[in-house]
Amino acid sequence: MKIVVPLNQVPDLVEDLEVDASGKALDTEDIKFKLNEFDDHALEEAILLKESGAADEVVAMAVESDGADKMLFTAIAKGADKAVKLTGGNPGDSHQLGKAFANALGSEGFDMVFTGVQSVDDRDGQLGPIVASYLGAPCVSVVSGVSVSGGSAVVHKEYSGGMMGEFEVDMPAVLGIQAAKQAPRYAPVSKIRQVQETASIEEVSMGDLGSGSGSSVASMAPPAKGSGAEMLDDVEDLIEVLKDKGVI
Amino acid sequence: MGDILVITEHLKGEFQDITFEMLGKAKELAGVAGGQCVAVTFGSMSGKAGELGAADFVISVGGSDDFNPESYASAVQSVVSAKSPSLVMVGSTSMGMDIANSVATALNMPTVSYCADMSASGSGFSVTSSMYGGKMNVVTNVDGSAVAMVLAGAFNAETGKSAGSPSVEDFSAESGDGKIRFKQLIEPEAADVDITQSDILVAVGRGIGSKDDIELAEELAEVLDADLACSRPLVDAGWMSKAHQVGKSGMKVKPKVYIALGISGAPEHIEGMKSSSTIIAINSDKNAPIFDVAHYGMAEDLFDVVEELVEELE
Repeated sequence: MKIVVPLNQVPDLVEDLEVDASGKALDTEDIKFKLNEFDDHALEEAILLKESGAADEVVAMAVESDGADKMLFTAIAKGADKAVKLTGGNPGDSHQLGKAFANALGSEGFDMVFTGVQSVDDRDGQLGPIVASYLGAPCVSVVSGVSVSGGSAVVHKEYSGGMMGEFEVDMPAVLGIQAAKQAPRYAPVSKIRQVQETASIEEVSMGDLGSGSGSSVASMAPPAKGSGAEMLDDVEDLIEVLKDKGVI
Repeated sequence: MGDILVITEHLKGEFQDITFEMLGKAKELAGVAGGQCVAVTFGSMSGKAGELGAADFVISVGGSDDFNPESYASAVQSVVSAKSPSLVMVGSTSMGMDIANSVATALNMPTVSYCADMSASGSGFSVTSSMYGGKMNVVTNVDGSAVAMVLAGAFNAETGKSAGSPSVEDFSAESGDGKIRFKQLIEPEAADVDITQSDILVAVGRGIGSKDDIELAEELAEVLDADLACSRPLVDAGWMSKAHQVGKSGMKVKPKVYIALGISGAPEHIEGMKSSSTIIAINSDKNAPIFDVAHYGMAEDLFDVVEELVEELE
């Protein structure tokens, strides 16, 4: 069984985010990007399934960008068998991104696609159902826990309050992964360097991206500060508040 | 202007709050923009249409009471195809995520996610999305049919809770190819703590940095006779158990005092704790969105503050 994991970078939210001169997009000049944390869980779940013998091959896939090569080499260092970079386009939203991955998945072939369940920048929607819709494959989102038997997968989908729904899904399928069975592993820098020297990244044209979502951003701004919190100067002040609220 | 469809959500025979939150807003929008506010129900939930008095009428697609990503999305797609609404409101929830983009992509409609506010604007709607973990508000103007994924807690549920007797239209919907089959509902494991009943919660987030450092928060909880809670990343990292998780996929809590340590305040977390009577946030990032919902804040290193606090109190 072959699992393909699309990987995407998102702005590191630890950074101070600013709006660019257009007033409609993030100023990406000085901010750091990192792997979407849910994509990291998707990759981990795929590698765990391979290590357990349920999957034979894990393929990491990413659209070309500044950090794409490093992200793909890191995926191999963690345990992916192959890396594919999609070239020749610049997807502008989740629909075009979904189209790029769907095009490449059509030629790569897959039994399962694991996407991160969501992304902090997906105004236009979650990648998983979009890719699934283009591929005509079934899709379950918010999945934590995948097991495989024969031609189908059994997945646990999280609801609120700790409840879960269990579903059986025919493959090929797309799953939006919320959390892997264990925390995503780290790859040591030395191993990533070694992979960079020995492994190669296959390049595939991303093909026709379609017309996109059909909606565009009118404006972007940090949320207006309301009255907000009363800021306390020191621990003495904090203790006063705790006394006042009857905590101590 | 076309109608506004609200895709209702239910679990174990009860409409979820998100249903009423969307209905209240949909009724308001329809009042300004024209068109009707229409609730779409699944399975036998049309039997409870009397709770959906905010809707002008109800479309019942029938089918199973158990949510199924494939059959529920197929049914919604049939209704949207047939009715050509101007707006489809879906929860930005676990169930909504399986419906919204499946339908929107198949029907070539735009989706707008993370909706925190909506208003009628010109011949369409203006939608504000809370993105980048709540650090940016992004406005999209939609004109023509669109799907909006509404954040839980964005609108007041009480506004949409009104009894009535909306008429029910039985709609014969598609149910998909049976590629996804519901097996069972799994209840949460019994836990040693029920944080929904706690008076005081000390909640830790990603800012705690490592599993070992949770001990410090435990010390504070002990001194304050509080229970320990956490945000999602700590559960995903395997540092704390699910029973302690506050937020969208965790517990909704409303203690008298909620002390947030190193929690940035992503919308998914805020959803679970904003009803707390008093919120105290300690976070080294002075721009963290948590300070917008907190009543008291300290933009300091949480370790310095908590160590000093524990020392003083002991």
